[in-house]
Amino acid sequence: MTWTSPLTLFQRGWTRHRDQDRPIRKVVSNLPFEDLRKREQPNRQYEGNAIKTNKYRLWSFLPMNLFEQFHRLANIYFVGLAILNFIPVVNAFQPEVALIPICIILALTAVKDGWEDFRRYQTDQQLNNMPCFIFRRRLMCFVERRWKDVRVGDFVKVLSNEIIPADILLLHTSDPNGVCHMETANLDGETNLKQRKVVPGFSTLGEPFQPQTFDSTVVCENPNNNLNLFKGFIERPDKRRSGFGIDSLLLRGCTVRNTDDAAGIVVYAGHETKSMLNNNGPRYKRSKIERKMNTDVLFCVLLLFFMCLIGALGHAIWLETFSTMPSYIVPDSNGNYISSALAGFYMFFTMIILLQVMIPVSLYVSIELVKMGQIFFITQDAELYDQELDSRVQCRALNITEDLGQIQYVFSDKTGTLTENKMVFKRCTIMGTEYCHEENAARLAVINGGGNEEEEVTIYQKTKLPPLFPLEELQDDHTGHKNHANTQVAAASRRRSKVAAGAQSDMAFSSPLETVVVPDRKLMLEVDHQMASIQTGPYLDFFLALAICNTVVVSTLTAQRQRVKGRRNSSYSGSSSHNMGQWFKISSLQKFFSSMRFKRNRETMADPFAIDEDEPDTFHISSVSDSRPGQKVISSEGKDKRSLSRSEEVCYEAHSPDEAALIHAAKAYGFTMVERTPRYVTVKLPNETLLKFEVLDVLTFDSTRRRMSIIVRHPHTNEIIMYTKGADSAVMEKLGNVFSVESAAKRIAVRTQKDLDMYARDGLRTLCFAKKVISEQEFKAWFTSRQEALSAIDEKEERLMETANDIENNLTLLGATGIEDRLQENVPETIQALRRAGMQVWVLTGDKPETAVNIAYSCKLLDHEDLVFTFTTNKKSVCKMRLEDTLSEVRRTWGGLGLDPQFRGYNSTFTGPLMEPSIGLVIDGPTLNMALSEDLVEQFVELCKHCRAVLCCRVTPLQKSSVVKVIRQKLRVMTLAVGDGANDVNMIQAADVGIGVSGQEGMQAVMASDFAITRFKHLQRLLLVHGHWCYSRLANMVIYFFYKNVAYVNLLFWYQFFCGFSGTAMIDYWLMIFFNLFFTSAPPIMFGIMDKEVSDSTLLSLPELYRRGQHSEGYRRSTFWIAILDAFYQSLVCFFIPYWTYNDSDIGIFSFGTPMNTVSLFTIILHLAIEIKSWTVVHWVIMVGSVLVYFILTLAYSAICISCNPPSDPYWIMHKQMADPMFYLVCVLTTVVALLPRYTLRVLKGTLAPSLHLRARQLERLPSSCREQQIREWRGFRDTCISASLSSTACPSA
Amino acid sequence: MASSYNAKEEDGHHPGLVGSGGPGAVKSKKPDNTAFKQQRLPAWQPILTAGTVLPAFFMIGLIFIPIGIGLFVTSNNIKEFEIDYTGVDMSSPCYNCAQNYSWNSTSVCTCTVPFTLDQPFESNVFMYYGLSNFYQNHRRYVKSRDDSQLNGDKSSLLNPSKECEPYRTSDRKPIAPCGAIANSLFNDTLELFYIHPNGSKIGIHLVKTGIAWWTDKHVKFRNPGGSNNNLSVVFQDTSKPVNWRKAVYELDPADPENNGFVNEDLIVWMRTAALPTFRKLYRIIQKKKDTMTPTLPPGNYSLEVAYNYPVRSFDGRKRVILSTISWMGGKNPFLGIAYITVGSVCFFLGVVLLIIHHKYGNRNNNADIPN
Repeated sequence: MTWTSPLTLFQRGWTRHRDQDRPIRKVVSNLPFEDLRKREQPNRQYEGNAIKTNKYRLWSFLPMNLFEQFHRLANIYFVGLAILNFIPVVNAFQPEVALIPICIILALTAVKDGWEDFRRYQTDQQLNNMPCFIFRRRLMCFVERRWKDVRVGDFVKVLSNEIIPADILLLHTSDPNGVCHMETANLDGETNLKQRKVVPGFSTLGEPFQPQTFDSTVVCENPNNNLNLFKGFIERPDKRRSGFGIDSLLLRGCTVRNTDDAAGIVVYAGHETKSMLNNNGPRYKRSKIERKMNTDVLFCVLLLFFMCLIGALGHAIWLETFSTMPSYIVPDSNGNYISSALAGFYMFFTMIILLQVMIPVSLYVSIELVKMGQIFFITQDAELYDQELDSRVQCRALNITEDLGQIQYVFSDKTGTLTENKMVFKRCTIMGTEYCHEENAARLAVINGGGNEEEEVTIYQKTKLPPLFPLEELQDDHTGHKNHANTQVAAASRRRSKVAAGAQSDMAFSSPLETVVVPDRKLMLEVDHQMASIQTGPYLDFFLALAICNTVVVSTLTAQRQRVKGRRNSSYSGSSSHNMGQWFKISSLQKFFSSMRFKRNRETMADPFAIDEDEPDTFHISSVSDSRPGQKVISSEGKDKRSLSRSEEVCYEAHSPDEAALIHAAKAYGFTMVERTPRYVTVKLPNETLLKFEVLDVLTFDSTRRRMSIIVRHPHTNEIIMYTKGADSAVMEKLGNVFSVESAAKRIAVRTQKDLDMYARDGLRTLCFAKKVISEQEFKAWFTSRQEALSAIDEKEERLMETANDIENNLTLLGATGIEDRLQENVPETIQALRRAGMQVWVLTGDKPETAVNIAYSCKLLDHEDLVFTFTTNKKSVCKMRLEDTLSEVRRTWGGLGLDPQFRGYNSTFTGPLMEPSIGLVIDGPTLNMALSEDLVEQFVELCKHCRAVLCCRVTPLQKSSVVKVIRQKLRVMTLAVGDGANDVNMIQAADVGIGVSGQEGMQAVMASDFAITRFKHLQRLLLVHGHWCYSRLANMVIYFFYKNVAYVNLLFWYQFFCGFSGTAMIDYWLMIFFNLFFTSAPPIMFGIMDKEVSDSTLLSLPELYRRGQHSEGYRRSTFWIAILDAFYQSLVCFFIPYWTYNDSDIGIFSFGTPMNTVSLFTIILHLAIEIKSWTVVHWVIMVGSVLVYFILTLAYSAICISCNPPSDPYWIMHKQMADPMFYLVCVLTTVVALLPRYTLRVLKGTLAPSLHLRARQLERLPSSCREQQIREWRGFRDTCISASLSSTACPSA
Repeated sequence: MASSYNAKEEDGHHPGLVGSGGPGAVKSKKPDNTAFKQQRLPAWQPILTAGTVLPAFFMIGLIFIPIGIGLFVTSNNIKEFEIDYTGVDMSSPCYNCAQNYSWNSTSVCTCTVPFTLDQPFESNVFMYYGLSNFYQNHRRYVKSRDDSQLNGDKSSLLNPSKECEPYRTSDRKPIAPCGAIANSLFNDTLELFYIHPNGSKIGIHLVKTGIAWWTDKHVKFRNPGGSNNNLSVVFQDTSKPVNWRKAVYELDPADPENNGFVNEDLIVWMRTAALPTFRKLYRIIQKKKDTMTPTLPPGNYSLEVAYNYPVRSFDGRKRVILSTISWMGGKNPFLGIAYITVGSVCFFLGVVLLIIHHKYGNRNNNADIPN
């Protein structure tokens, strides 16, 4: 493009400058200026649509890439060494040869970077050359151009299923209602549709779009990266303004759906589009091991320094011993000798070059490779695959896999993480009367019946094959998902039963469950009564509110996107329909239905059976509801379709599962929302009449008001009615007439509040519904202020909220609903396992304390035996006092229990595992704020340390993250945060490891996370198995790497004592490079990727094994020093046994080095062999292969190198050595002596003081039946044992 | 901007290639259920406990001890005799030579060292000279050579490598062979005489070829000029190393196959020793084929030394070593003793582990294998 010329670059810079002056951007149509030169274009200062994300160009690749690479310390170290080597007085090797390592590393990295950049370039090119339609004045129609030709101010038309090329202000759509649907999957991974509407009052609906008549100016904000916020207005020539927001903006990268075509004016293009501004690079975190390792690298530097110092001093002293220079000390080229002090000084640098391998620079490269391998295996784990969503575990952060093995604190969100976030309508209260919907509850209970069996559902425990399994399989085949079942043949019975068990508990949450509500008999009568008689009344209002006070969109089946089809397996619906049938039998036996209602119920009930086949596409993950600023923007939707009159099927696209549950509840009572357009809502009443409400305004939900309202005009009475729905407190405080002494309204409010409390105790989510009739005048007055607020560009949100608050008062309470959010499967087991593994589990939720506590009990976070402290106060002094009291009490309890271990041990056999004093802490948001304040935070943290479980309720996203930060910083622990919603993003980012649950609430949490899973239960396997493996593997590998380098390089060091500290290497330099590059690089990497000390099943059944990582036992400072000591010992052996063997013989330098090189290869490889815990084919191949490669390469090299690498020129040395029996004798003896201590100590430790892991390994050898028994015994014993002695290792086995 | 439109028209239509949002068969992401990907490869999982490794220790013990004994016996059967002729002691016959010597002296100082062999040396006897405290492995010394020159490369002959500095040129002529190593070539001449009981001095024939590696002699070291046997012509533009008394083509005028760069004394010297105390093969005394008499019968001998090589500056020692040789090379008791020791230690550890296994191992076993 011409825009990349230097002139434009300058221009761009100038534009930026101007942009800063003006916080807004003005865009006018390009059409009048179409044929003018660029200089005269009105929108010339805005960036074009061509994108360039590649960093390098062909000519600048080498310098830029090198420049970037030299930002890394390790590379600078390397280059420094190479440069040192070019200084003749200090060089240790041939200078050219010394460049090889740095060149190899730089070249490898450059190739990788270059390839990645080329890929980016290719994608850019592809994008830039995508076709799109731009309006041309000359031709008076839309012409096909390419993306890169789009400029700000152009008119662009996008057809259905096309990708939007730039940020376009929507001016016209083919839809008669002026809406356009867009899918943002490319942007945020959400697959539901978002509705966009044309700029209000601008376009005439239904007519063809005529861009040439566009003579207004678009004024909007400057480009920013907020996907949910956009504001501006269109100013017409006559100064009339109409405002617009994000709901009129089509975003680049999204796809237009359900709409034949949409057109608009481009406001942001290219890199200024919101999607491009949102493109951030990958997350980079440094793991705990790496941090520790870096300090150990510093130790290595120190060690290197001392060794070089010894070399330098040694050389100087050695030179001092000569009175006259002997013939073997070579003078410089002038024939002069330098002073011994100076020679010693030079020798220091020579030594650095010689011993450079001491600093394991290759360690960083190897670690990257190992982590890639580890991530590969994590993502390949079939156990972490979710068949329902067809997704694997995602590793988004590439370098913290081993942190998963060191987690000490787990912070979890509740809704959607512990629970399904699939809402089920449970009960409601209307006008103070509670309707408990026991039939519905009975139905749920039947469906759920098989699911919750008993508390110990460990993964491999055998479950009986439930009868519904074949059904599921059939369904699988039917829908073309055979592969799921087929691939599992290998471990059929075990896995099969598991899948079945999963399905069993899963199906309770399948779609019919949420969509089908069995009406309450009493309530039904009530509704029928009001329907029949007066056609109005609070009951009808309540259900109308349920049906219309929401943002649910109705879409017809024909509008369904093909893409989503078949995404969701229908097996669960199948199994639940089976169960439904079962229930149906029961219920008909019990004669639940009166004949009159039976007909109606049949209609409701039968439908799901009829459409079960299509159920797969009724779910998808979803979406930013753009119209709700600041709120938890992402939500999920449950869609359902159903035959309305057998001919037309609709499905609902709800932004939150609550709304879906409510609208289905309303439907159960006959209030079916049939259609929603921006201006009308149509509801079908039980008597089949259609009510078409005119929507006057929608006050969308936000987290401050915590309610939403819809203002409609009743078609019959013509009154203006506002229906409000919201959190109980948010609605209750806005009620009118409640404060008068004794009114019916107050009575209702009090009763409703009582019911609400009861719901909360049952763990239900509550919502209140209210109504208000607004007079015409009032509405008019309000509406004008509302319009003003809407077109405002500054402080728009504040003003909108103000207007909303203005109208939402004096409400009349209609009733409230209780919605159940079920626990995900295996949540209690998972929490228990995490606990056993020594992790503290916290739950942070925005819900109210009652609901949260209830959930906490049901997921075994709290136990009924536990002592639970609840902190809810508004006064800081109270908070402080409580904190101090509790703390002293806890200390006393702790001390008392500590002093009396026998009692505790005795106790535990009855009360189950007593790992820690069972103290639970429940704290709410405001109190938490106080507790986290400067002066109380220490005490709070201290208290939390003693708590078995902490539950924070009513916390804001910000508080969630601050809690995580405080705990992480004050206690210096590894934290993990898991959440699923946008409100968890802060917390996920604050924790050491952030886990996103990709469930019902969209993708924001996943986007922010380091790892993404689909179910909470996967956390168990991810941490206990993969975390543990990754940690052990990496820790062992890092230690080994340090050892390896030190052991090898020390050979050279010891030799210095016998060559006058002159920096001679007795090993050919190429062979030294090969040694690190080929002979000993693969085994540790394989070790870091594939070693398996304890199998996954054992790790899962003995979570206690996880504690090793928590206490960093795999990689301690002591481990490091032991490894270094061992390296010193081994290198001494590897040097001195050949030394004594060959002393005073006629051996040459490099002949002397050959057995040493060989011996240290054997030692290093066999050292690893001792460390490797399980040998698979891969291990054998790589270990044996490394040795073979050594011999083959060395033999080949010394067969050809006659004078290729002076001075060593190892011609025929290896062959000569290998023809000598002494060579083998030396190799065998040295290897045995070098490894004997480590081996013996390992054996002694394994016999006398076996670690937990060793004992677990021994358990694995037992037949499975014995093993289970053993584990149970061990566990039972350990629990008592731990509580008795609080020690984890001293326990003898049962 | 106009250019961009033009470019576009040339390219024509491009169907949208980025199918990120496009429909299409959604392939299941379910991971393959292979043993490798699920990390379920069959594996051997050794557990290091006393019980499992006991046999290994005993095995090592049982193998090492016999090897050690074998080595020890072999080493003891090797006959070795060492004569120090440095001449540091006043009593030493070479004392005078050692005192007066410097590299530049022209006169040859000879001394005769008498010695007595108590035992006969059967088979071939290898005659070494040994130097101690001579750091042939000094880094700058090791480098100071030009292997291409020694390999007969013409251009290197006349333009030796910079590594040879300061022994690269002398009198503006390249030195052949260049470098410090060649310059410091060991130049004592050693001759061995058997003093017959009747008093006559019988010279012992010392074979001067066959002392270098075959590959060095035939591949790595070559005279320049190919088949040109007249070495003085080949080397005419070069100068001798400064410390040498004669040019490289005069090293062994008698045998053209052992002259110039392929002179075996030079080759042996050029293979720099690994350690400051070393020996280098000097001559071979071959066993007489026909007779049953030993190569060196017991009796009196005298070693005649042309004392040229200075070692006093670095407190060095010069020795002559006469040694027979076995399959394991020269006499070295270390390896045999080491094998015996390590073997015994392993055996001992095996016993200790056996005890431990009996005392403690059973405890674990009982726990592990329930009845």
